[in-house]
Amino acid sequence: MSPGILGKKIGMTQIFRADGQVVPVTLVKAGPCVVTQRKTPTSDGYDAVQLGLVEFAKAKNITKPMAGHLKKSGADGVRFQREFRLATGDSDLKAGDRILVTEFKPTDKVDVTGVSKGRGFAGFVKRHHFRGGEGSHGSMFHRAPGSIGSSSFPSRVFPGMRMAGHMGDAQVTVRNLEVVQVDSEDNVLMVKGAIPGPNGSYVMVKRSRRMGK
Amino acid sequence: MQHALLTKVINANMRTDVPAIRIGDTIKVHVKIREGEKERLQAFEGTLIARKNTGMGENITVRKMSFGQGVERIFPIHAPVIDHIDIVRTGRVRRSKLYYLRGLRGKAARLKERV
Repeated sequence: MSPGILGKKIGMTQIFRADGQVVPVTLVKAGPCVVTQRKTPTSDGYDAVQLGLVEFAKAKNITKPMAGHLKKSGADGVRFQREFRLATGDSDLKAGDRILVTEFKPTDKVDVTGVSKGRGFAGFVKRHHFRGGEGSHGSMFHRAPGSIGSSSFPSRVFPGMRMAGHMGDAQVTVRNLEVVQVDSEDNVLMVKGAIPGPNGSYVMVKRSRRMGK
Repeated sequence: MQHALLTKVINANMRTDVPAIRIGDTIKVHVKIREGEKERLQAFEGTLIARKNTGMGENITVRKMSFGQGVERIFPIHAPVIDHIDIVRTGRVRRSKLYYLRGLRGKAARLKERV
């Protein structure tokens, strides 16, 4: 059993369950993936499986070192690779194995990791949900930060003070999303709820660690 | 542009039995209602005053006068709770959202039949 799969976010829609309940879903084109390397405690010090998403990749866009690495597992057309940690002796996967979306079934719980949409240099209000001031009525305090600390004591700003700055374009994981449907024909995984990143971005779909066990 | 696989999923989940209703039509929406174990149909008849969104989230707003009080219901047209929709009569209108009907009463709120 694979600990996860790699995929590409397609987009969101909603579907109706048999009982009439509406479910917001995100489609992920997941797999087919290939195991490009199997890390073991003896050779690497820890147990992990490295997956590559199989898709069309121009030969000139794959660097020579990467091509050599991929050759070992017989994989071709891999642009996106990620590693999944394994508990020791948890999996019998070996390099060259294929991983398909059929590894998952509806009602499974997954964690999805992706890179969130970049918002550039964002102010306090957008970045930290500060309230900001009134727009009018003589208010001279609109979207400014306000006080960021006291004066002569401590004479400095404490580390971690929430301020304006770069927002988004960071790795984000959404946990415990339910798998709603699995389409083995088109390799589409349908998960409940939103996942990070714009449509077309690469995501890691990981089996959730079972809570309370 | 929408991804081909997204279109495929939407097409597979969409209802194909939605009649060709147009804004201004008087329609009867039959909704499935569960009462304990039994299921029955309840009809809501009124004027179609708006149709919003596309894809799976498409919905219609139906307005009727109930004991002199205006009542509007919004139905997601692809929802399985909707059994079927009947067209009672057509209406000729010149805009896509008939929110102006909310301000009209009685004779003024009538719509001419489409020919």
